[in-house]
Amino acid sequence: MSASTLFDKIWDAHVVRELDDGWSLLHIDRHLLHDLSGPPAMVELRKRGLEVHDPDLVFATPDHLVSSAANRTIDSNEFGGAMWSALRDEAERSGIRMFDLGTVGQGIVHVTGPEEGIVLPGLTVICGDSHTCTNGALGALAFGVGTSQSTQALATQVLAQARPRQLRISIDGTLAAHVTAKDVALALIGRFGASAGAGFAIEYAGPVVEAMEMDARLTLCNLTVELGAKFGLVAPDSTTVAWVRGRRFAPAGAEWQRAIDAWAKLVTDPDAVFDRDEVVDATTIGPFVTWGTSPEHAIAIDDVVPDPAGASDTRQRESWQAALDYMGLRAGEPIAGTPVDWVFIGSCANSRLSDLRAAARVVEGRAVASGVSAWVVPGSEVVRRDAEAEGLDAVFRAAGFEWRLPGCSMCVAANGERVPPGARCVSTSNRNFVGRQGPGARTHLASPVTAAAAAIAGRLVDVRCA
Amino acid sequence: MSREPFRTVTGAAAPLLRPNLDTDVIIRIDRMVSTRPAALAPFAFEAIRYCADGSDNPDFALNHDRFRGAPILIGGPNFGCGSSREPAVWAIMGLGIRCIVAPSFGDIFRANCHQNGLLPIVLEETDVADLAAVAASGAPVTVDLQAQRVTASERVWCFTIGANQRVALLDGLDDLDLALRDLDGIRTWEHADRELRPWAWITTRPGKRSTA
Repeated sequence: MSASTLFDKIWDAHVVRELDDGWSLLHIDRHLLHDLSGPPAMVELRKRGLEVHDPDLVFATPDHLVSSAANRTIDSNEFGGAMWSALRDEAERSGIRMFDLGTVGQGIVHVTGPEEGIVLPGLTVICGDSHTCTNGALGALAFGVGTSQSTQALATQVLAQARPRQLRISIDGTLAAHVTAKDVALALIGRFGASAGAGFAIEYAGPVVEAMEMDARLTLCNLTVELGAKFGLVAPDSTTVAWVRGRRFAPAGAEWQRAIDAWAKLVTDPDAVFDRDEVVDATTIGPFVTWGTSPEHAIAIDDVVPDPAGASDTRQRESWQAALDYMGLRAGEPIAGTPVDWVFIGSCANSRLSDLRAAARVVEGRAVASGVSAWVVPGSEVVRRDAEAEGLDAVFRAAGFEWRLPGCSMCVAANGERVPPGARCVSTSNRNFVGRQGPGARTHLASPVTAAAAAIAGRLVDVRCA
Repeated sequence: MSREPFRTVTGAAAPLLRPNLDTDVIIRIDRMVSTRPAALAPFAFEAIRYCADGSDNPDFALNHDRFRGAPILIGGPNFGCGSSREPAVWAIMGLGIRCIVAPSFGDIFRANCHQNGLLPIVLEETDVADLAAVAASGAPVTVDLQAQRVTASERVWCFTIGANQRVALLDGLDDLDLALRDLDGIRTWEHADRELRPWAWITTRPGKRSTA
């Protein structure tokens, strides 16, 4: 038998039928629904007179459209109520589990899926959400789909997929203090570009990844789609197994032993060949932030805003200039020192307990700069409760942050929680697109500690000197 | 359900060559929540299509007379990157566009295009630039899916597309209909897999398992 990659092994175990041209009909083991993409797929299914093939494998929670305000109700904003009701009604009708507001399991779908043991190593996972790649951190083959494919998987539990090419990114060295998985991800996107992963599945490997705790791996895999790939994954290891054990929907008893025996085989064989193999030394990576309107517009915090004159071609020069104009920045100026109006700590990239702990350590005993609005939106109800049990909410509140309720909130602004036009936000989310956080909003992506330091300073700062 | 088959398309090809044109820019998230899929066209590309006062942005190609109603878009690298939102495809199709030619696409966007009969064609970046130059006057471009060729002003560019996807587009087939034909095979596979990977299956009905 020829050598296989981690990706090959999971893929091959899910082929229901081979199609032509390198395509396969893949079984989908878990299907996550949220309040934005779930209802249209469910409604389409019903319009076609079809039933959910296996409701046990489908899980729903509202995250995109729900308010993050304290004492929220489903109608706390003008957008969410109807979609929440639709998700609840359709889930009920089909016998799909839904984790509702205020209950364990509610939260950003890519935070709660792993947290509840719904996502496991070796599974195929889909969601109508591009950041489904986050779940690859457990060694799952997880990818985002649109409404049509979500509907198809609800009806049949399979999807036709083309086997992607494979890229391995090995991250050598060690991470310096205050340098996080988010900084590594931004550094990779800055170096390779936002389309480097198009048509690829990416396996992250090497000593830095092996040393990462699960939260950090989830952050790293989360930004895979910002590298252009819809799959990102990390081989499951003892860190993964220890993390999954005992979670609500994780296997137990005799099944647990069979599971960990199976997961032990989920590694890339030593002589497996990748279509592209990259090695990155993390030792020199410092805190990163974005300056423009694509995640590939990423630079070290001690760097200067690039000059379009130095762009590689006309198209890039125009796009850099457009980004500078939108962001209200000047070429050649240090990015550190840029004044900020908003700080958002949250999103499926960085809203887990370890993210909030790290940010709280920066904030503790200090105060948010005057004129800065700073929010913390925990990724899930469990994260919220755990953080409050540790007193993290008190640390943030004492510093002048708003401590809010779990959801996607200001990462995607679907619930009306927007950064105002022209305002500048340091955000721990994953997208700095034009208008992403609201029309005219200016986003700088950063790690939780860099965002926390910016809230205190009122400007972008190097957290290592803050 | 079947879609309109895709054979050939002829018409103006509008250039939208900025790299990394993401689906947030193609359709704003609040529009997709508040608007029927069939009514999204006025909001397609709104962040770059209109000026702050709501008037047409003269820098946006589809606002030029020669490109109004163009059935073909010429995109830059990584066209449709970002969010998986399928309304991005619906909004573009609402403008009457049937085909996008670009050096590369966001993978999920590209899959969504196929689900809706919008043809995404990948050409080398230099070929895309050449095509854009030829099409800049508004001269008609023809896309022939059967022949896998793009022609304009006596120039020809060949493209390739997976056999399954080509047939699905040519015949207007729907992936869901195709997959439903596999249901027996799916059930057989699932039965075997429950023996092989019992740990991968969740077998309790909602409500029967204790919840916190």
